[in-house]
Amino acid sequence: MSDFVSDFWNLYVIVIVTASILACVVLLIVQGKATFTPGKTMGHVWDENLEEYNNPMPRWWTWMFVITVVFAFVYLALYPGLGNFKGMLGWTSVGQHKIEVDKMNAVVKPLFDKYLAMDLKAVAGDKQANEMGKRMYLTYCMQCHGADARGSKGFPNLTDSDWLYGGEPEQIKETLNNGRMGVMPPHAQLGADTIKDLANFVRSLSGLPNDSVRAAKGKEAFASTGCLGCHGAEGTGMHALGAPNLTDKVWLYGSSEATIIETITNGRQNKMPAWKEFLGDAKIHLLSAYVLSLSQGAK
Amino acid sequence: MIKHEQIEKNVGLLIVLTLFVVLWGGLLEIVPLFFQKSTTTPVEGLKAYSAEAVAGREVYLREGCYNCHSQMIRPFRAETERYGHYSVAGEFVYDHPFQWGSKRTGPDLHRVGGRYSDEWQRAHLINPRDVVPESNMPAFAFLANTKAKDSVAADIEGKMGALRMLANLRGLPTYSDAEIKGAKATIGDKTELDVLIVYLQGLGTALKTAN
Repeated sequence: MSDFVSDFWNLYVIVIVTASILACVVLLIVQGKATFTPGKTMGHVWDENLEEYNNPMPRWWTWMFVITVVFAFVYLALYPGLGNFKGMLGWTSVGQHKIEVDKMNAVVKPLFDKYLAMDLKAVAGDKQANEMGKRMYLTYCMQCHGADARGSKGFPNLTDSDWLYGGEPEQIKETLNNGRMGVMPPHAQLGADTIKDLANFVRSLSGLPNDSVRAAKGKEAFASTGCLGCHGAEGTGMHALGAPNLTDKVWLYGSSEATIIETITNGRQNKMPAWKEFLGDAKIHLLSAYVLSLSQGAK
Repeated sequence: MIKHEQIEKNVGLLIVLTLFVVLWGGLLEIVPLFFQKSTTTPVEGLKAYSAEAVAGREVYLREGCYNCHSQMIRPFRAETERYGHYSVAGEFVYDHPFQWGSKRTGPDLHRVGGRYSDEWQRAHLINPRDVVPESNMPAFAFLANTKAKDSVAADIEGKMGALRMLANLRGLPTYSDAEIKGAKATIGDKTELDVLIVYLQGLGTALKTAN
């Protein structure tokens, strides 16, 4: 199938390319027949005494032109260039990419298949699998979770044992495959005073310094305004919703009273993108195992 | 036959002949590209940039993002492994001018759409080092201070009208009158930062293939 919208363009390219090369050949022949008288100048003088001789081109230079003409014909015979003609080698940039990818797949696919057939926990304990996982982590994951996997404000630390959506192997894999959408709704309607009470209560849950009177009022508000719907009656969170455990020392957005007030007032939302389509099963499996291995030392 | 000397002494003739030589290559290198299916047919699912994305793209151009970021994934395994499917010509039919770039100080952005969350893009643009400590990208926090309608989208109807004219010339699907009229309302009070994120999140999403 021709890529041109009409056959005219096929001819257009062939004619111009061939005519241009042939014009070069004609020029070479014409110039080769010119006669030169040694010592004779071109006959004009510039800037008082600048004159130029009219000598033939050095022989090696002439041959270089001949070589480029020969090269042009050989190239156009082997590679695409003459209109619709695909070249005798059948080369395409897409084909070259495929060869490169296939060559690497032949090496890594057996490894991918081997680990894909293994249980995630077993893969997490495999040294080679972890090295592969780490390379992939540094390519695809470090932008959000950091090169050291300790995350940053709003982007979870993967090296601790705290999990928003659960740390079981299947849960980690699900997170990588399909992503997660975390939403804490805004609660500005509760009023600044109640929000401050709640913030103090939340701080009390993990033993942070707090105003005990406000914390006591906050405890009531926690139950009556529906916080426990997501964070649980004990404030220990809920993996199904990605609601954080408020009783531990892990803070996604910060633990200061001001930050907690900001979180309650404006809400928070963030998203873990889905990677299934881009990375595929084998890479997700190795990455999940790597993430699992990161937190194993933390328990 | 024209003498060497005549050309050298006649600047007008010299210019005409020089132009002829320079343009000769263009006859082959440029002209046929307008008559090839692969360069003129949009890939399936590709849509003209939304009003917000058009404004966001203006921010991208104004800030010179193309100086450090390319939008051209070459068909090499090292690139497709990292960024996704190599770029194809049919993905750029709505790009005027295209943003292929020629230098990568930062990564390629052609398939950055959907790769990270909006919140990440926001945090990263405000201060790249908040999320990637190793980064040497400048901070663009100031983009949050200006509303798009006061700067890049001040003449959004004009810009979209021009893009529509270019699309019509090539017979491509393009904006309706209502879309152009409603552009300002769609953009509303969004800041330059907001519209830039919309533009980035749409990049390269028409073509999705697992590698």
